[in-house]
Amino acid sequence: MLKNILSPDFVNAILRASTPILFATLASGIAAKAGITNMALEGMLLFASLFGVIFSSLTHSFLGGLLITMAIGGLIGFVLAFFVLQLKTDEILAAIAINLIATGGTVLLLLAVSGDRGASTSISSVSAPVIALPFIEGIPFIGAVLSGQNLMTWLALIAVVVCNVFLYKTPMGLKIRAVGENKNAAESVGISSKRIQYIALVLSGVLCSMGGYFLSGGYMNMFTKDMSAGKGFIALAASSMGADTPIGGFLVTMLFGIAQALGNLMQLTTIPTELIQMIPYLTTLIGLAVYSYTVMKRRNRLGAH
Amino acid sequence: MNSSVKRFEVFRMFFAIVIALLISFGIIFLVSEQPLTAIYTLITGPFKSKRNFANVIEAMIPLIFTGTGVCIMFSANQINLAGEGAFHLGGLVAAVVALQFGLPAGVSPVVAILLSGLAGAVFTAIPAILKIKTNASVLVSSLMLNYIALWFAMFVLMHFICDPSIGSASYLIPEASTLPTLIDRTRIHPGLFVALAAAILGYIFLFKSRIGYELRLTGQNEGFARYSGVSIVKVVLISQLLGGFIAGVGGGVELLSPIYTRFSWTSLLGYGWDAIIICTLAKNNPLYTPLAALFLAYLRTGASIMARYTDVTLEIVQITQGIIILLVVAEQFLSGYKHKMIAKEAMASLKEEEVQ
Repeated sequence: MLKNILSPDFVNAILRASTPILFATLASGIAAKAGITNMALEGMLLFASLFGVIFSSLTHSFLGGLLITMAIGGLIGFVLAFFVLQLKTDEILAAIAINLIATGGTVLLLLAVSGDRGASTSISSVSAPVIALPFIEGIPFIGAVLSGQNLMTWLALIAVVVCNVFLYKTPMGLKIRAVGENKNAAESVGISSKRIQYIALVLSGVLCSMGGYFLSGGYMNMFTKDMSAGKGFIALAASSMGADTPIGGFLVTMLFGIAQALGNLMQLTTIPTELIQMIPYLTTLIGLAVYSYTVMKRRNRLGAH
Repeated sequence: MNSSVKRFEVFRMFFAIVIALLISFGIIFLVSEQPLTAIYTLITGPFKSKRNFANVIEAMIPLIFTGTGVCIMFSANQINLAGEGAFHLGGLVAAVVALQFGLPAGVSPVVAILLSGLAGAVFTAIPAILKIKTNASVLVSSLMLNYIALWFAMFVLMHFICDPSIGSASYLIPEASTLPTLIDRTRIHPGLFVALAAAILGYIFLFKSRIGYELRLTGQNEGFARYSGVSIVKVVLISQLLGGFIAGVGGGVELLSPIYTRFSWTSLLGYGWDAIIICTLAKNNPLYTPLAALFLAYLRTGASIMARYTDVTLEIVQITQGIIILLVVAEQFLSGYKHKMIAKEAMASLKEEEVQ
């Protein structure tokens, strides 16, 4: 067991499992910083995983597929923003509606486009490439971890840094945080909160769609019905556990990845698989409770002074 | 004016449903090679035979249960989505009781269903307790709990009640525990009356009892409720326990109904999510949940008949459902019309005063 944990394969398993969730976690963080709970992540992931397959196959290129998928992801974010901000729809109910439309819509669309039922077996899509690093490859352990990762995994790690810089070092990031912190105060200094929230939700959609692309083009090599399987919800939890910051979200996602990879290893033991399947959700739940509790205590202590 | 606003709300909902259906029909035209037949089957299918219409009634029953349960949970302004898991666990508990307890006929289903409700109640109370004790978001923890319920049920199914000759289903539910059919050659069962009773009792609880009033007050304005001396913790806990109980009973009833002969739920069935559209249409009033459930069940049955005879799949209904939720919940949808109407009435009443 210990030998397995110390192997580069284990680290690879962690990164693989957490890549789609990491994108969605960052997406959730940006929306949350602007004061909106984006529960539509689940549907966005699902839509993106289908569009990734369709458009990478149509353009015969990974990049073309990814860019179109990201654009559509942004569009879904815009639609969510339109309903929430313009038509004053409850954000949770709007998200539930989008998730429902994604569940049914992807199956219907897949059938209409390819005639496939439930899995895109007849579409020859282009997956994200695996990046081999020529010199590093040779270094023991480190080489095996750093080289041979999917491009999307690298992009996810880069996105953590970019999101962090964006939120904390740019004027737009400051505006997003200001709107999320106190809408009225932000409005009073001339920031249009509606415009900022629109931007945040579109960015959220773009980021999330990258995770969706990886699901069907990297993690797996085709689209299957309901393949998001609650990953959007886990991301929502991971983000709020990481105080909705990119770095916090990254750490929690890695923790989740470790739980998942450990679970996979445990399948070699006698522990029932059903209980192992429960681990990611259980760790997220317990982590969330512990995190919220410490925040509450800290706030109470500050309040007491 | 109040009544005309109410009338407007009904009109708005009707209009939202019509638009959602029209969009869905548009999609059918795009994806189908026989769109007219498909739409015709969708609309008239449920009336084609006694059996088809019975399917509508059968499909309605679980929707009334989860709809009512979620109405009560949402009325306290708790976005608790654990109704899904409560329904699932309810089914599991009913199966375990039926298979393991060996109770006599007549007693067995009652005990099984009550214990299902209890399991549901405990389950939906977890997010509420976590919120009270640790301030963890009810929404997020309930989402995680649903998957925990699914895998827990899988665990019990595979290790304790699994029929090895089938693989992923339990042993046959013994006859002593099953609910009988009420009408020949259909699967309509007494659960229908339990569901209707739950909806009516839910209405009485929410709108005619003191605690129900406190609950709705908390949902509308928690701060105000607190200053009026309402114990928020008590109200929230009671609403989540009761809502989960009803959802759990729904799961138990469904599993013991003639629709199932074994516990074979290896994925979440989605009744918890359906409950949200039921609540939206019923405006969080349990009394209207049977009506909303009838509508959804009709649509579902029509769609599954359509899927059987044409090239349009069942999933079209999820799109219709999503659009209905979006349009009904969008406050600004047709709001211009509403403002005009209110302004017109105000003018009219002013004129009346002038005349006098």
